[in-house]
Amino acid sequence: MAGSCGRRAEAIRAAVALCGNPNVGKSTLFNALTGLKQHTGNWTGKTVETAKGVFTYAGVAYELVDLPGCYSLDAASPEELVAREFILSGAAACTVIVCDATSLERSLFIAQQVLSLTKRAVVCLNYFEEAKRRGMLIDTKRLEKMLGVEVVTVSRIRRSELALLCGAIERCIEGKNSEGSYLLSGDHISENLFLGEGKQNSAAIWISAERIAAACCEKDADAVSAKRLKLDRLLTGKVSGRLAVLLLLALVLYITTVGANYPSELLSRGSQWLLENIRHGMTAAGIAPKLISAVCDGMLLTLFTVISVMLPPMAIFFPMFTLLEDFGFLPRMAFNLDRCFCRCGSCGKQMLTMCMGLGCNAVGVTGCRIIGDRRERLAAILTNALIPCNGRFPALAALITVLLIMVGAGNTGGVLSGLFMLALLLLAFIMTLGTTYLLTRTVLRGRSKAFVLELPPFRKPRIMQVIVRSVFDRTLKVLARAAAAAAPAGLLIWLLGEYGLLESCVSFLDPIGRVFGLDGCILMAFILGLPANELILPLTLMIYTGQSRIAGVTAIGSLAGVTAAHGWTWVTALCMMLLMLFHSPCATTLLTIKRETHSIKWTALTLLLPNLLGLMLCIAVKGVSML
Amino acid sequence: MAEFALSRLSPYNACRVIRIESEALRGRLEDMGVTGGTVLTWLFDAPCGDPAAYSVRGAVIAIRAKDAEKIIVRGLD
Repeated sequence: MAGSCGRRAEAIRAAVALCGNPNVGKSTLFNALTGLKQHTGNWTGKTVETAKGVFTYAGVAYELVDLPGCYSLDAASPEELVAREFILSGAAACTVIVCDATSLERSLFIAQQVLSLTKRAVVCLNYFEEAKRRGMLIDTKRLEKMLGVEVVTVSRIRRSELALLCGAIERCIEGKNSEGSYLLSGDHISENLFLGEGKQNSAAIWISAERIAAACCEKDADAVSAKRLKLDRLLTGKVSGRLAVLLLLALVLYITTVGANYPSELLSRGSQWLLENIRHGMTAAGIAPKLISAVCDGMLLTLFTVISVMLPPMAIFFPMFTLLEDFGFLPRMAFNLDRCFCRCGSCGKQMLTMCMGLGCNAVGVTGCRIIGDRRERLAAILTNALIPCNGRFPALAALITVLLIMVGAGNTGGVLSGLFMLALLLLAFIMTLGTTYLLTRTVLRGRSKAFVLELPPFRKPRIMQVIVRSVFDRTLKVLARAAAAAAPAGLLIWLLGEYGLLESCVSFLDPIGRVFGLDGCILMAFILGLPANELILPLTLMIYTGQSRIAGVTAIGSLAGVTAAHGWTWVTALCMMLLMLFHSPCATTLLTIKRETHSIKWTALTLLLPNLLGLMLCIAVKGVSML
Repeated sequence: MAEFALSRLSPYNACRVIRIESEALRGRLEDMGVTGGTVLTWLFDAPCGDPAAYSVRGAVIAIRAKDAEKIIVRGLD
């Protein structure tokens, strides 16, 4: 049955490729067919790597390959090259061309290109009902005749529709529907549209697409619906466009921060209980106390702390972000902010990667794949860590509280700390723009490519799918990577604490820290906190209190008292806050950067650059305070 | 009718593309459906006035002013 996840031992009969323009629902179809959770985006070229999955139909297993969404097979970009080469290689027994029924003409551009490369194809017309509602009646029989391949219509990706599609794929592979195809007779899609290797006559293909669309669809698809235009003008208006970006981002961050508190505490308590039980269990089993301490106070405590601080905000932030993405707001945000990024040598899509960075820098770095130009993509990757991720938010909030107490504003909380947080975010935004400007004029110098951005139609997000997808894809994957870094780090921290090495490190770092308005403990915490930003504040507390186990989430409340006892002034609090904002990205992000750039040089630069900025700001603050 | 650059198209107006005077831009635009003879209609500007969004073959695409200078168009009668 279609839709069942066929990861069984049965042999795979053939490979099927999915291809089409971006935003035609290709990845949604892929998810529905394979059940494999793979992310779909509402913007260009999201799936740069080809995702693979398996689906079964009528007891036969097929491998499904999701080719990168692209506008053409002209081989002008890496995505197009991948798609073109895959289709040409003949690896797929059938290629499913996903088309958007609401803009048939556009879809036919790439459909004709695919059909010029292979005749073993099925056209899948998505959003068929929507097109019908808007008065675009498509004569699918006629379309089948003109293209020479079977056409299947899909609207809401129901099981029955998937079964029809699978049936067509099966018939295509068996070669049952290729007879009488007009590709073979060669009248409509003629070879002369394609001028050999990679070169094509785009204008001629478009004229042919116009002709086929006009013959198969009564209504001219040129009209952008009035309702859509109204919403578009609202979301991109002079005042309303800016407000929409600000308010939606503020709302997402507010819900994340407030919503994460309770589950964080719950997780923290749960993990404490678990830890005690593990400790009892190990004691009962007669394991050496030193080893128990190493496992419980070192590895597990650190691991649980990271999970309880990290998981709830990410599990709240990413589904909300994905909702905005599926609805189609993100391309509008890129559109609204493009001017400001263009002046800094980048493009509006960088804003989207920065927003993902608010959730998690590692996800933000991966998200930079949406930026087509190599230089602009590198600039976005290198500056992503300047945006504070969810892991740094609780620490920043705690430091703001400490600062407000130290300057005598008291623990008024609420509005004042909210405004302070906003100011920090604004600073991060400005620093990102400034750094991008410097990078694109020095190490990443060059001519920027033409920027053409499609603003796709608004779509109603599928809420359940969004939650499942974003939790599995973005949250759990990153959490697993962070956990893998946290456990060994915990052991190291425990060893350093247990054998008194921590103190000597701290006293060595102390004079250096003082230069930047900090102290040795804080610097040490930043160094040891490299595996996860969540650890920095608990580590600071641990070093101050002279324990060999990091402080729990609940102990953060005692921060103000402890820090005051260790000679903190408002300068210390402000400097630590700035360093918290601008310091090297966590180990997970660094590994992601290495994977995305394939370069030690760029990874090293991202390791150094934010530290440099942060320490410079710290010196500036210290200098000003001494005047 | 006189030819002019797309960047000078007045709001709410439509035009027909005559030629694109940049090789790199042409390839990118042709893939999105902007070729010689295609009708482009102004829809809205970004908050800072740049880029602008146009409708092309039923889709909405954003083009920066500095790229629109290279797109030579003619007004519709």
